[in-house]
Amino acid sequence: MTFNLFVLPFVLGLIFLLFLLIKKVRDWICEMDPTNKEKFRTGFHSQQFFLAIKEIFFESLLHRKMFRKNPLLGFMHMSFAFGWFLLIVFGNLESRIYSGLWINPPYFPIFLKFFIHDKRVLPFEIFTVPGFFRFFMDLLLLFILGGMVLAIIKRSRSKWFGIKKTTQLQFTDKVALICLWLIFPLRLLAESFTAGAYGYGVGFVTQHLGNVLAFIWPLSDKGVAYAFWWMYSLSLGIFFVTMPYSRYMHIPVEVMLIFCRNFGIHPRKGADYLTEIEVLSCPRCGVCIDICQMNSAAGIQDIQSVYFLQSIRNQQVMESFAMRCLVCGRCQNVCPVGIHLDFQRIVQRESFQKKQLQDYSYLPASLPRRAEVVYFAGCMSHLTPAIPRAMKKILATAGVDYLFMDEDSSVCCGRPQMLAGKSKQAEELIEQNKRMIMNSGATTLVTSCPICFRVFREEYELEIRILHHTQYLLELIKKGKIPLQAYHRKTTYHDPCELGRGSEIFTEPRELLRKISDPVGTENEFRQSLCCGGSLALLNASTEEKNKITKEALATYLEAEPDILVTACPLCKKTFAKHSPVRVMDIAELVMEAIPEKSW
Amino acid sequence: MKSFGYTISKDRQIDFDANNRELTRLIDAIEPSIRLCLGCGSCTGTCSAGHFTEFNIRRIHTLVQRGEFDHLKKEIMKCMLCGKCQLVCPRGVNLRNLILSIHTALETSGI
Repeated sequence: MTFNLFVLPFVLGLIFLLFLLIKKVRDWICEMDPTNKEKFRTGFHSQQFFLAIKEIFFESLLHRKMFRKNPLLGFMHMSFAFGWFLLIVFGNLESRIYSGLWINPPYFPIFLKFFIHDKRVLPFEIFTVPGFFRFFMDLLLLFILGGMVLAIIKRSRSKWFGIKKTTQLQFTDKVALICLWLIFPLRLLAESFTAGAYGYGVGFVTQHLGNVLAFIWPLSDKGVAYAFWWMYSLSLGIFFVTMPYSRYMHIPVEVMLIFCRNFGIHPRKGADYLTEIEVLSCPRCGVCIDICQMNSAAGIQDIQSVYFLQSIRNQQVMESFAMRCLVCGRCQNVCPVGIHLDFQRIVQRESFQKKQLQDYSYLPASLPRRAEVVYFAGCMSHLTPAIPRAMKKILATAGVDYLFMDEDSSVCCGRPQMLAGKSKQAEELIEQNKRMIMNSGATTLVTSCPICFRVFREEYELEIRILHHTQYLLELIKKGKIPLQAYHRKTTYHDPCELGRGSEIFTEPRELLRKISDPVGTENEFRQSLCCGGSLALLNASTEEKNKITKEALATYLEAEPDILVTACPLCKKTFAKHSPVRVMDIAELVMEAIPEKSW
Repeated sequence: MKSFGYTISKDRQIDFDANNRELTRLIDAIEPSIRLCLGCGSCTGTCSAGHFTEFNIRRIHTLVQRGEFDHLKKEIMKCMLCGKCQLVCPRGVNLRNLILSIHTALETSGI
């Protein structure tokens, strides 16, 4: 029986961790509703299982998304994750050669070099099975140590890794981090001292290092080696015990998240097991910090998603903290784990709005007449009257029979309330509006406001076509209903958050723009688009802070030196217009100007 | 009562001792920008809810300043939180958060 007392810290730590993980996973599965439980069960026998495994391999082990962000950062993560994974797999295989058994105690492969001293000197060592393992295990250790050196460099030179501002770690994270950093150097030293003390080699790194250590420090006998085996085991044990209380919990939980995602289990409403899985999956890598305009423009450095998820996990979310976010979706766009960060923010906001008071009985019950097409300008468009005016002229030119739903009196779509966490209030408004739209007998609903557009699509469950005006205008132009004349002006398009990242409408506005102007691209467009700073979701920022965000965004668009800054959202237009030296226009206005005079 | 062709106005004195200034201070702490208000009424002029009802956000602001919360609860239930008021405000008062902070204040005081 191969056993030594020093393996105990490792074994106990591992048992503790496994016990906790099994309990968590069991709780999550118990919490699932029957449909999701069924999805989870059948998922393992479907093609989705292989897709999940593929995602785990590419993202959790190889860290492909991290590589895309920065190769050095990617390599650092990969060497830890993939290197350690290979070390475990090959360590297990190697241990089977020596034990001759298929099942070994879990500590046996980890501390193999303590238990087994293979003194054979093999010819063509690397081409023999034990020789290959000796070589490869040392290579892997070197690979991980390389990553570790990078991780230490990253602490002081994060810019080399494409990161301006790194995450401020909490205490448990620091403890776990130190243990993690100690594990591999201790393994190296334990194996090297053993190699030196027993007078034989176990690999090309450990053998030579062991010989050198034995030479320069003659006292390095078996006792010193034994002490290092203890320390190695302790660092592993402490790491396992701190894991559930630190950011390293993401390692096992992210696997669960990837399975859920691939099996079609997505977060719905409110906090549940899936929001918990997402929160625990956050590795606090801090990719969301640099991207956040609250940080880059306004210098607010404590509200970013990484800290927000941390406060959810520690159950210390404060209302002012939850409300201080643009919910622009830029962090969600870059999150390597794919956490629904906007959703997490809104779920927490909801928890602060327990009593939801509303009385919207004053709203009209129906529209004045029936029509095929209903046009909903949206509250914000009423503050930029040029947009509805342009739409009216265009629709009249195209000869569309439409009903301007909120011409005299606007009714809110409900999204501003949802963003503030007042979901119940929003529901009542949604019901009111839905009834009005259904009663009109319309088959198409056109809106000028991306905020309304998103909520119409996501929450209204209308069985009619819902289009943003950029989509509808393009459709009319393609049908030849709107005559256009060539118009040469340099334009830059700003993707509104709710239309671009929020609703995946990227191509239609650009196609429209190409027809009526000469668009020039910018650095921050499509999914990387910046927020204008006017977001209704940001509830408690000062005007100065918002202005800083607006000015930062504006500056990047003005680099392209456009004649006109074009957007497709009345709120973005209004926000930019306040500061912009160039004209800010909505696409609808541009289309209207491109219609030859005599046509209307 | 005999009519002389004129009436006596009701007392319009604001009794700060009777009013709940504690809540005013709480709201003020949550949203300090409410002190910037110059009472122009642009918010009320653009208000969507104000189009349908008597809902008057400038009046709400005044009542909060005075600490008169008795009728406020019924009033703010009409707000749709659309944010038009905030966008037209020339002083940059964060009116949406004012509404939310009134909700919070009413909840904490149990009104």
